[in-house]
Amino acid sequence: MQLAVWTYEGPPHVGAMRVATAMNGVHYVLHAPQGDTYADLLFTMIERRGKRPPVTYTTFQARDLGTDTASIFQNAVRDAYERFQPKALLVGASCTAELIQDDPAGLAEALNLPCPVVPLELPSYQRKENWGASETFYRIVRQLVDKDIKPAAREGRRPSVNLLGPCALGFRHRDDVAEVRKLLDSLGIDVNCVAPLDAAPDDIRTLGRADFNIVLYPEIGTEAARWLEQVLGQASIRTVPIGVAATQEFIEEVSALAGVDPSSALADANSRLPWWSRSVDSTYLTGKRVFIFGDATHAIAAARIAHEELGFEICGLGCYNREFAREMRTAAKMYNIEPLITDDHLLVEDAILSAAPELVLGTQMERHIAKRFGIPCAVISSPVHVQDFPARHSPQMGFEGANVIFDTWIHPLVMGLEEHLLTMFRDDFEFSDAAGPSHLHSKAHATAPEAAAKPEHHADLQSDLHVGDLALAEPLSDVALSWSAEAEKELRKIPFFVRGKARRNTEAFATAQGRTVIDLVTLYDAKAHYAR
Amino acid sequence: MIGDTTLIAPETGCAPARQPEVLRAGVIRERGQREVFCGLTGIIWLHRKMQDAFFLVVGSRTCAHLLQSAAGVMIFAEPRFATAIIEERDLAGMADCQDELDRIVDRLLTRRPEIRTLFLVGSCPSEVIKLDLSKAAQRLDVKFSPSTRILNYSGSGIETTFTEGEDACLTAIVPEMPTAAATDAANLLVVGALPDIVEDQFGRLFAELGIANVSYLPARRMADLPPVGPNTRFLLAQPFLTETAGALQRRGATRLDALFPFGAEGTTDWLRAAADAFGVDPAHFNRVVAPGRERAKRAITHCRERLEGKTITFLPDSQLELPLARFLATELGMVPVEVGTPYLNRELNARELALLPAGTRLSEGQDVDLQLDRVRLDRPDLTVCGLGLANPLEAEGLSTKWAIELVFSPIHGFEQAGDLAELFARPLRRRDVLRV
Repeated sequence: MQLAVWTYEGPPHVGAMRVATAMNGVHYVLHAPQGDTYADLLFTMIERRGKRPPVTYTTFQARDLGTDTASIFQNAVRDAYERFQPKALLVGASCTAELIQDDPAGLAEALNLPCPVVPLELPSYQRKENWGASETFYRIVRQLVDKDIKPAAREGRRPSVNLLGPCALGFRHRDDVAEVRKLLDSLGIDVNCVAPLDAAPDDIRTLGRADFNIVLYPEIGTEAARWLEQVLGQASIRTVPIGVAATQEFIEEVSALAGVDPSSALADANSRLPWWSRSVDSTYLTGKRVFIFGDATHAIAAARIAHEELGFEICGLGCYNREFAREMRTAAKMYNIEPLITDDHLLVEDAILSAAPELVLGTQMERHIAKRFGIPCAVISSPVHVQDFPARHSPQMGFEGANVIFDTWIHPLVMGLEEHLLTMFRDDFEFSDAAGPSHLHSKAHATAPEAAAKPEHHADLQSDLHVGDLALAEPLSDVALSWSAEAEKELRKIPFFVRGKARRNTEAFATAQGRTVIDLVTLYDAKAHYAR
Repeated sequence: MIGDTTLIAPETGCAPARQPEVLRAGVIRERGQREVFCGLTGIIWLHRKMQDAFFLVVGSRTCAHLLQSAAGVMIFAEPRFATAIIEERDLAGMADCQDELDRIVDRLLTRRPEIRTLFLVGSCPSEVIKLDLSKAAQRLDVKFSPSTRILNYSGSGIETTFTEGEDACLTAIVPEMPTAAATDAANLLVVGALPDIVEDQFGRLFAELGIANVSYLPARRMADLPPVGPNTRFLLAQPFLTETAGALQRRGATRLDALFPFGAEGTTDWLRAAADAFGVDPAHFNRVVAPGRERAKRAITHCRERLEGKTITFLPDSQLELPLARFLATELGMVPVEVGTPYLNRELNARELALLPAGTRLSEGQDVDLQLDRVRLDRPDLTVCGLGLANPLEAEGLSTKWAIELVFSPIHGFEQAGDLAELFARPLRRRDVLRV
């Protein structure tokens, strides 16, 4: 057994859901107990999808065990087929159903459905989310691809490629695809199919039309690309275009394979990172110590950008997906550091503390670790929360991605001019080190060490902090208002972030009513008065 | 002034006069896909309430992932819950699960010596492989006694739906409560985890009423568990406590039947049940309750014009659906179309049922696709549902209120009545203000 509070990855069937949700015309019947539907909200809330994930759960309960879970499964498959009329059906088991050993593949096959059924074997007690997504995509490709479809003769047409790996719930996948499409178009290359994101089973069937494949996210696309290489002879590009240099290499590799001229794409006038990084205000970035953690692909790409394009010093590098440990070790060697390959967030926290970085690049988890210890941080990889599925265009890939990365990573740092001022006016109260950069929440910064030491008392610390704020609030009128001890105590039970407002409202109400003493009744009369 | 009359159910449209039999016959019972949380989710609010308890789920990565998804950002404040993730070697018999569990509990309690009660929480995987957590709890309890008590309950999806996790947890606590002798003075027990501020408000009201001996289950600290015995009267603050009520009754306690304390009327009725049981003079009761009751009524009038006549459907989630539908119908003039609940306890909800408007469609259990077909046909003004369904329904042009907020927000009692009404009014107001 492994003790865990936070997991970087969900179980493998969540990976399968990501593939099913990404695609069109695919439905996934998941043999799972009541409750596993929680995973739906990852898609509807975090990614803000306006449709339910195309997943039917059997939601068996205790009373079903040992009797008819198999027929529950078959009924669910039959009903799902009739209702959703998918062009391909995925069937599989979640961790609990894996234990009861119904056979989704056999049970679904026995139904003789008029569409392809792709059975998924996802060992929940060994593997995790990324593996589940990769395996699912591979199984779909393997089963649906029409091996007889080959690219048309090259004369008189533009070269064509498939983009493999973009998925639902992927960090910036939507915008990366748009960016890479634009880049390929500028090279005169067509995209035959993006998969699994927005691909239908028919698109998968005709993957063979493309001249070669581009694996955008190795965690999800590599297995399928490897199979396509073996069976259809399609070459694949594995260079991930995150960062200016990587994008240039990507352009050159793609151009060579497609037989097109890369020069116009390489000379993209909208690539601003190189000049931004050379401009004198960036001088202060030199040698900033950065700690990098995430999925292997994003972490390795981030390390290269940090090192070569921003002039940082890498003081820590690691990933949580063991499947890519070899790639991670190779990368870490270039920076002479020992890579951290773990899915235990406590080890990551220890490593961050001992490395003492000035900037942390990581996942949602590292963001919180960094926040607690008052270290600037930017998010570079899944898992991420809702704010990292932004409305605006914000790719990581291509030259625009590099622009986005420059802004995102530099923003939390103290920039040159500000750092200069901090040094000059070191003893000035508004510029002291403790005040931190003006665009960060300096309060959180100041309390971080205490909060870290006694996390259970975090809320108390914050409330103490706000007493000062409230004391400074201007009185609303000349009439002296006094709070009874009981009312004051009650007020303290209100969350600190609305407490100030509650106090002001109550005082305004009391003043309007001509009351001079605020007791519990006044407090709650005011609450009722302002209720909307 | 407050009358002693019972509430009259509002009649809607040309529906016939309410007949409990009709309601009883009219319940739709469905089995199929259920879009609900499992009982593990209860840990998220229970661990905030019980300050010296730790919840260790014995389950799979899915269980850990669920807790993390449900806990949102709370997961980072060194929470008092975690998952012991079962791995391949545990299943293959390469490691003895009981030994592994001992190792993990050892490590955990060394790290968190301030923990006074450790709950081993069963999950679907641990139930299916028949890992005997009660045996583990007994063994570990001996080992860590007296500094830490080790208890056990199941929050698995195969056995519990969402709030039933709290029911299972409290049921496990009941045997730990000290025994009150038959000669002890009568005491009042309020059952169900309430936000501290709500608990304090009720505490003051009971004190003013002159009911001195009031305690709460769960207690904020496990060391302060209240006694229970034949002179214990208990009020359920939450409708989902079927098993807990049974366990308390088996220890001799008596349940006071009342509406659940939502809104001005629900709260009044709930308090009155206690007042009656403890012989409080009705005039005194009215004097004590009147200010809060009036305040609650004033606070909800703001929302009434927005909500009156609006139709509402509840999809099953927490078992709070029935009392909340009653509150919205009797105090805000809303028209419940379908009220779905994961489990309908007729005894605990008898008074709630009697107040639901005639023609309200009741459903127990769920076949989510069929139920959504009904929602699309009914097109209610507001649909209360889980987060997996809310955005998809909004995208279809249906206004929604996500249900889980009703479990996490303070909504009980007089002072929260306005907030509770506002939770339902806000999505409709938002729909009206948006011009995009």
